Amino acid sequence: MIIANHHLETLTVNPAMEINRTYPLRKVAHDNAIKVENLDVYIDDQHILKDINLSIPEKSITCIIGPSGCGKTTFLKTLNRMHDELPEVRIKGKVYVDGLNIYDKGVNVIDTRKKMGLLAQRPCPLPMSIFDNVAYGPRIHGTKRRKKINQTVIQYLQYVGLWDEVRGRVRTSASKLSIGQQQRLCLARGLAIEPEYILGDEATSALDPLSTKKIEELFIQLKEKYTVILVTHTLRQARRIADNIVFMYLGKIVESGPTEEFFNNPEKQLTRDYLSGSFS
Amino acid sequence: MKYLEEKIFKVIMIGAAMIIMGVLIYIIGTVFYKGVPSLTWDMITRIPGGGFYLGKEGGVLNAIMGSVFIITGALIISMMISVPLVMYINFYLPNKSNFAGIVRFSLDILFGVPSIVYGAFGFALMVYMGIKASLLGGIITVAMLIMPLMMRSLDEVTRLLPRDLPDALLSLGSTKYEMTKVLLRQLMPGVITAILLAVGRGIGDAATVLFTAGYTDNIPVSLSQPAATLPLSIFFQLGSPVEEVQNRAYASAVILTVIILILSFSARYFSSKFSKHKS
Repeated sequence: MIIANHHLETLTVNPAMEINRTYPLRKVAHDNAIKVENLDVYIDDQHILKDINLSIPEKSITCIIGPSGCGKTTFLKTLNRMHDELPEVRIKGKVYVDGLNIYDKGVNVIDTRKKMGLLAQRPCPLPMSIFDNVAYGPRIHGTKRRKKINQTVIQYLQYVGLWDEVRGRVRTSASKLSIGQQQRLCLARGLAIEPEYILGDEATSALDPLSTKKIEELFIQLKEKYTVILVTHTLRQARRIADNIVFMYLGKIVESGPTEEFFNNPEKQLTRDYLSGSFS
Repeated sequence: MKYLEEKIFKVIMIGAAMIIMGVLIYIIGTVFYKGVPSLTWDMITRIPGGGFYLGKEGGVLNAIMGSVFIITGALIISMMISVPLVMYINFYLPNKSNFAGIVRFSLDILFGVPSIVYGAFGFALMVYMGIKASLLGGIITVAMLIMPLMMRSLDEVTRLLPRDLPDALLSLGSTKYEMTKVLLRQLMPGVITAILLAVGRGIGDAATVLFTAGYTDNIPVSLSQPAATLPLSIFFQLGSPVEEVQNRAYASAVILTVIILILSFSARYFSSKFSKHKS
């Protein structure tokens, strides 16, 4: 059993893994926090992701762009093993998170998911109060002390800039918030489980420009502490906030690289076509 | 021509609605018209005295309490089986699971089984287990009667749940059990509706309790004693040649209707209270 608690410097590793990695995981994760090797994903008999090889550097924002149906969301879901719920999905290949292949036998799904804060396309507050929404994660992961929970909730609500807006009504229903506020609440809820990675699945596509701006600013703030991976439809957004861009087309990675280079000097013709809007 | 079609169809639809409303009003009207004059305080606070079925004094408290006990027990048993089953086939099994399909199909068949068959089956089961006609027998049989209905209606509302919510919960690192607990909260109005439908079917059914619960003029004080029920009470009173007793049957029907209405309204009230945080 692997204890994924990032307060620990070294992690206990199960015997099967011991052969090749017994060293402290944090050190392995030095600059490639996520490393994907030969990843193939099939849904039923469709080949959705084809031989993905990718390194995602830590403490940066990586944007995955590409036309609809190219496998961006599928890829994001392989990172926190959300495909586990669907028996028709088959996954081949390796996904190293902090130097540990999350698809190895004996890796705990819950621990993997706990490392990843997911921000979905549409905010989905839990059917409870604003306070309980943020407190949910810490509670299920074993925080018992009321004082500690209160602190955590206030801290993350402040972090996403929601605290001043909801101060007097944290005990009221989360579904009463505006959609932009809900999305920030979902971010606070995700951060409260103390992840190391933030995954965003078109996290701003349902929001108005002002809320989008707030979320984008938060992402930029977040990369100081977290590794942020975003799927986005808007090229301009990618250009605004990303450090690295990954361009996918029909289940394959066409090109990836630092943002400036990618936009100013794309290598492949396909990338140039996409950037110029020939197809989308 | 187009407009004529539209008009004819509209008339048919309004007509259908009118027929349903009319029938409902007619039934409730008849029951209340005939029943309310005979509805005395004695009816709901006393058990039948000697000669009650010949028009002498007494009430149907035995049947009221019997019905309430049976439906409460049946609800508890069927909830304890329905909720885990529905949660299992919806949240633990994959979406296109064959097993879930088989379960749903079986439930649909069970739902179509007439209540007298449940009564006969319950009776056979009791003979096998050596139980006499009793409160317990009634509870078990009524539980069997209402379970398919309850499971099916719970299943329907559960399937309507947006897929985002389970995903959001799982991505926070919830186990399936922790996820289910939160989802149940979201499903509370659906659970209440399922209970209501089940109570409606269970409390008014005479055939299931005919052999299994028996009939008595006393209020049962233990599970092994026979219990009277309102539908049977109505049946026996209607069968009496005395007009006064027949009118009391309608009064009993009023009591049954009112119980169901009270349950309905209180369930709606609690459901809106529980779903305060519904998203």
